[in-house]
Amino acid sequence: MTALLEVSGLSTQYVGARGTRVTRAVDDVSFTLETGKTLGIVGESGSGKTTLALTLMRLLPPGARIASGSMRFEGEELLDKSDAEMRAIRGKRMAMILQDPMASLNPLFTVGDQIAETLRAHEGMPRRGAWTRARELLASVNIAAPERRVSEYPHELSGGMRQRVVGAIAIACGPRLLIADEPTTSLDVTIQAQYLKLLRDIQREHGLAMIFITHNLGIVARMCDHVAVMYAGRLVEAGPVRTIFDAPAHPYTRALIESIPRFGDTTTRLTAIDGQPPDPAALPPGCAFHPRCPLVIERCRAEAPPETRVAAQHRARCWLAAEAPVRLTKR
Amino acid sequence: MNGSRAASVTVPWRFPSLRIEGFPWTPAIIICVIAFAAIFADVLAPYNPEIGVLGDRFRPPAWQAGGSEAHLLGTDHVGRDVLSRLIFGARVSMVVGFTAVIVAGLIGTTLGILSGYLGGWVDQVIMRVTDTWLALPALTFAIFLAAVVGPSMWNIVIILAAVYWTRYARVIRGEVLSLRERDYVRLAIVAGCSKKTIMRRHILPNVLNSAIVLGTLMLGIVIVTEAALSFLGVGVPPPKPAWGLMLADGKKGLMAGYWWLTVLPGLCIMFMVLSANLLGDWLRVKLDPQLRSL
Repeated sequence: MTALLEVSGLSTQYVGARGTRVTRAVDDVSFTLETGKTLGIVGESGSGKTTLALTLMRLLPPGARIASGSMRFEGEELLDKSDAEMRAIRGKRMAMILQDPMASLNPLFTVGDQIAETLRAHEGMPRRGAWTRARELLASVNIAAPERRVSEYPHELSGGMRQRVVGAIAIACGPRLLIADEPTTSLDVTIQAQYLKLLRDIQREHGLAMIFITHNLGIVARMCDHVAVMYAGRLVEAGPVRTIFDAPAHPYTRALIESIPRFGDTTTRLTAIDGQPPDPAALPPGCAFHPRCPLVIERCRAEAPPETRVAAQHRARCWLAAEAPVRLTKR
Repeated sequence: MNGSRAASVTVPWRFPSLRIEGFPWTPAIIICVIAFAAIFADVLAPYNPEIGVLGDRFRPPAWQAGGSEAHLLGTDHVGRDVLSRLIFGARVSMVVGFTAVIVAGLIGTTLGILSGYLGGWVDQVIMRVTDTWLALPALTFAIFLAAVVGPSMWNIVIILAAVYWTRYARVIRGEVLSLRERDYVRLAIVAGCSKKTIMRRHILPNVLNSAIVLGTLMLGIVIVTEAALSFLGVGVPPPKPAWGLMLADGKKGLMAGYWWLTVLPGLCIMFMVLSANLLGDWLRVKLDPQLRSL
């Protein structure tokens, strides 16, 4: 089976006002995503996760440019598309859910109007047909009494229902890929759980691939099939979720996993990663993680490590990755 | 602590709520009366507003000593009937006030949305022009324009619109800058909507409230500016009756005790502006689905 999305060697840079300062926000990123699978992208703030998502949608702010690489989506090169062609893809074949689903609805229009908007833009549906479809979509995301809800305004809906509406808009045109950029960061924990379940259900029902951007490893463990860890714009490690959690090859991934508090564990102290994430405009030479790395060797300071295959689907950018990965204690 | 104490609690007196409950009938009726007077001025006015009888100068209103039934609201310095002038003045003020506000609003809102949403060089051009425009004192600028195009009622409308569109452009642009960062606008972008669609469907309806409220406030400013222009001799040309012009003319008589020449047109302006403000406020509430159900 060919992959739904194939990204290879993708680099995005922010160029300063006079073209002097170049910030590599996404640097040589490669991954593939198959239909029906979920890829989790984790990393600290400023590691380039959101820029990566915007690059995939080709929605970069002015001043950012895609420097190199390729993104093949359903066999088509996205970087060759014109703006108009990209607009036709966004929302139809590729949908995105934003950080705050509560604020994603326009307060001046009814729910039905907002779902219909996407349908009318992409499918050229007449108003009436779009409304009928909007009702079906609301029913499919488990909203009770969709006939009534469809003509209500966002403020008349509860938070949970609003999220479902946002979900309904995302799947309105039957996309193949759903990008969720930290969709749960602004929600409290109980609502988070409901929302994640909704996303899973949508994914299973429509068989779509999902890219899940988060800094919460717990969510990754529950939601994703594969995980990619970003550090300073690079994918430092990527592989199946279980492999990464059991036997991380990169010291950064290991440190991330060890910094999650464990329920019921009162004996070990929580470890934190020393130091600050590097300024992406002034990366250290060699491996970007070396100033904070506990296992640093001389080579790390001089040369950036290439991507090394650790196992079948497991890759890491570390000089030590070729050696046997350290097995973490089973939790 | 005990039952009797709880029972004796009285609700403290509160200032009557200023919230708008139901349709604001009073301002609506006032506006309707003014509009009625403006439309049927020819039938309603007892005298010709532009021709006076010099023998009847400075007659006080009917209820004051020296007043007569013939001139209910008295006469001015050339013996013209004040009531007739007020009735005809409604026509000028209505047309000038509303048209100028609407034209200025259309220009300013459109440019404000384009400037705020498109950003980049479009924003730079529109905002630099607006800044330059705002740096010119409004009244001086209006006088200059009036001197160039010559005084007439429709020219005054164009001049006022040309002077005041910048206020809208400024306010609306600021509003748009915050709106464009809202998640629902981003969602529309992500859903593949074109810029035109987003500006029309998401930005415009959300700035309409501000534009309407600003419009009702501008109505007062516009009518007063029109009065100032008339006073300076470059406004609606005399002897055409305009409230502002009457106010300016009557000023001379104020110290001599001819109060009706200034107070009456002043009251007319006040009631019209106040009514427009209250109606605008009601409209603002009506346009907002969150407030509508309250």
